[in-house]
Amino acid sequence: MRILRATRSGIVSLALLMFAGILFLTPATPARAQGAAADPAGTIARFGTDSYGDTEAALGALSVSGDPRASEIVEALRDGRLLFDPQTKAVFLRSPAGAVTDAATGAAVAAPPAGLRPVRMNNRVRRAVDAAAGALALVSPDPAKRLDAAAAVFKSRDAAALPALDAAIAKESDARVKTALAEARAVLIVGNPSVAEAERVAAARLIAARGDQEALAALSNLPADSPAAVKQAAAAGIESINSSLAMWAVAQNVWYGLSLGSVLLLAAIGLAITFGVMGVINMAHGEMVMIGAYTTFVVQEVIRTSAPFLFGWSLAIALPLAFLVTALVGILIERTVIRFLYGRPLETLLATWGISLILQQAVRSIFGPTNKEVGAPYWMSGSFDIGQMAITYNRLWIIVFALLVFFALLLVLKRTMLGLYVRAVTQNRRMAAAMGIRTGRIDALTFGFGSGIAGIAGVALSQIDNVSPNLGQGYIIDSFMVVVFGGVGNLWGTLVAAFGLGIANKLLEPFAGAVLGKIIILVLIILFIQKRPRGLFALKGRAVEA
Amino acid sequence: MNGTGFIDRKGWFFIAIVLGAAVLVPVANLMVPEGSPLHVSDYLVPLLGKYLCYALLAVAVDLVWGYCGVLSLGHAAFFGLGGYAMGMYLMRQIGPRGVYGNPILPDFMVFLNYKELPWFWWGFDWFPFAFVMVLFVPGLLAFLFGWFAFRSRVTGVYLSIITQAMTYALMLAFFRNDMGFGGNNGLTDFKDILGFSISADGTRAALFAASALALAGGYVLCRALVTSKYGKVLVAVRDAESRTRFMGYRVENYKLLCWTLSAMLAGVAGALYVPQVGIINPGEFAPANSIEAVIWVAVGGRGTLVGAALGAVLVNAGKTWFTGLLPEAWLFALGALFVLVTLFLPRGVLGLWDTLAAKRAKPADTAVPAAKPAE
Repeated sequence: MRILRATRSGIVSLALLMFAGILFLTPATPARAQGAAADPAGTIARFGTDSYGDTEAALGALSVSGDPRASEIVEALRDGRLLFDPQTKAVFLRSPAGAVTDAATGAAVAAPPAGLRPVRMNNRVRRAVDAAAGALALVSPDPAKRLDAAAAVFKSRDAAALPALDAAIAKESDARVKTALAEARAVLIVGNPSVAEAERVAAARLIAARGDQEALAALSNLPADSPAAVKQAAAAGIESINSSLAMWAVAQNVWYGLSLGSVLLLAAIGLAITFGVMGVINMAHGEMVMIGAYTTFVVQEVIRTSAPFLFGWSLAIALPLAFLVTALVGILIERTVIRFLYGRPLETLLATWGISLILQQAVRSIFGPTNKEVGAPYWMSGSFDIGQMAITYNRLWIIVFALLVFFALLLVLKRTMLGLYVRAVTQNRRMAAAMGIRTGRIDALTFGFGSGIAGIAGVALSQIDNVSPNLGQGYIIDSFMVVVFGGVGNLWGTLVAAFGLGIANKLLEPFAGAVLGKIIILVLIILFIQKRPRGLFALKGRAVEA
Repeated sequence: MNGTGFIDRKGWFFIAIVLGAAVLVPVANLMVPEGSPLHVSDYLVPLLGKYLCYALLAVAVDLVWGYCGVLSLGHAAFFGLGGYAMGMYLMRQIGPRGVYGNPILPDFMVFLNYKELPWFWWGFDWFPFAFVMVLFVPGLLAFLFGWFAFRSRVTGVYLSIITQAMTYALMLAFFRNDMGFGGNNGLTDFKDILGFSISADGTRAALFAASALALAGGYVLCRALVTSKYGKVLVAVRDAESRTRFMGYRVENYKLLCWTLSAMLAGVAGALYVPQVGIINPGEFAPANSIEAVIWVAVGGRGTLVGAALGAVLVNAGKTWFTGLLPEAWLFALGALFVLVTLFLPRGVLGLWDTLAAKRAKPADTAVPAAKPAE
């Protein structure tokens, strides 16, 4: 997105540059343009001669004429939709839809004469078209386009655009665009020796107030012979920009960290139940996430083929289904395998690893080994900016979603009967049984619940990760790290650990690189576990020694 | 026990088979003419050699898991490090015969624009040094890891998970190109070992024999260890760690020695594995490989050493057979193996054998009591 914008503004700035070149380097053109400006119909009629020189001159005149239809005509010329009648030399405009209008008046032409030909272009004319488009953008009726054009001038730092800019500022009414134009103008005059010193200092301050990377570039490129006051103002500006940029960079990394943390939280949160609360070393946890992601895929496929209008709701539909599917798989696993292995954690580890292999291969056999395409609903695509940092909607939603799931889970465990039973059984199984709780059923339900949460996480992770049979394997180690780091059996610890590890990872990345950063984090966790074998927030008491 | 020292009858049987294979397989490959039913094909020799390396790895895992109660999910790390040490030696033996013809730098370094050999590659052109490194590098890592982990009393599942994190971190590290170990592609295109062409039949047969000898040697070493007084304490640590500590034993030292030795054995297994398969890459560090090694031990019978080796050969032969027959079904079979063995065969194949043997012996026993009072 950012690259796209950069190239676009690059083109506009190039165009402006050339526009300026035409205005000021070829003195004949403005003179002729000036003459034609009084007579828009005359200007437009010059396109009808279909000579390159006339077309170019007409473009120059058009770009300063203030004609509201100028940009439409330039646009049409660029796309080969500006037509002329070889006999009458009349000029017509064909809209992209195909309707033909009179270019000079804009009146619709019901029956266009036969034999219309597009106005021809050569490279010189094409450059003139771009230049005219750039100049017109500065006075375009669309504020967004004016803003882009101002940014283009800001970047190009081409002094020749100053008159056009001054004209645009005088006409501008939108405050935001006016600021942008003023900033662009400041860039043009701050290095200009013919401008008064005080004005240049003010310009430097204005640029510094912008506070971004481009302002930094503009201030650093001051000519060496600038007066001391200007240099001083620029240096102060550079310093303030640098410190604010550094802060924004940290903020952006923290944001990335939060985003990674939310992914870790989602991946670990089901494990916090099955491993944290129940003490089952569930190596098949990652596969529950994977099954959740595949459920999303299946739901979207069904919606695509039978009810495309529901696509915006596909994730909402997939959530309960993923929960159900994975919860059922979880209950099945608990009843058939894990229940025989309580109290033998290492054996549970091996058996669940075997289950994970079976589930992976099953998914591979059914859906094939390749990545599946899971689409994003419209409200999850795109991004917006806060200051100097970019925030994408899908990451934002995943953070929100991870927190929602977390608090819902907390609520279930602390405020419902099921949660009460679960806590009772994990704290003292025999006493719970004596109180009439059917512990076997609670075990199955708890495991199903944890698996279901993992499935829900899979729905969210399908939005940012490749949906393949190996999806779960990538998360299993991270999930265990988060749960162990946060303290087994402590949900708040899981939350803190997920976001802590996520942010630490992203803050390390600029210095160490992505892979090394991850390795450092792993090593730090290993060392941390040496220091506090029971995690950040260890449960205290006799129960944990069991 | 039949009074022949620390090796029991099963052990002698095992050693006899392994040493017999060390002689017979090369003979059957080199001397017996092709087409004879006794001929062992060129394809089979390195394959069997690979199984023996896995068996040694399994013995190493069994030493810590079966006798010390430490379930390592990171032995692939030691196996891989040993393999890399050997791979580095083999890389240096290529000399100027690489694709780029650089007399000093291996191909991947030329490709990645290295100007000179990194310091940690120094000395690897000399076999004795490489051999020491095969033992030293995994041993050092295990020592450091165990030093911290056992001292701070990280036990059980937590230890398993951090061993897994260790091998995972190593895998990520070795995948990086700027680590100087060939990155993603690892080390390959080996030519010579000790001056012999690595693809020659004779070399392969010798490597097989070396693997068999290493397996037998590793078994004898472990067996000597676990039947000694030290081994008795080790078993005590496994069964009741706190109680052993209260009796005054420095539990962490017992564990550390066992753990480090096991890592070195795994390193040797890796070093023998690499010339036989002809490549080592970071995939060897994958946590899944470590867990697979554990299931070999579980299948064969935990805490028996012989069973571990047996399990490794059985599972891998099954893998070769299955992937040839029904490639899709192998993971199902392996997964089912994990589940079924833990549920129904907690003592593995060897345990099943013992149970059956005991059952067969029982009727005889019941017949004997009549004579017993007379004794």
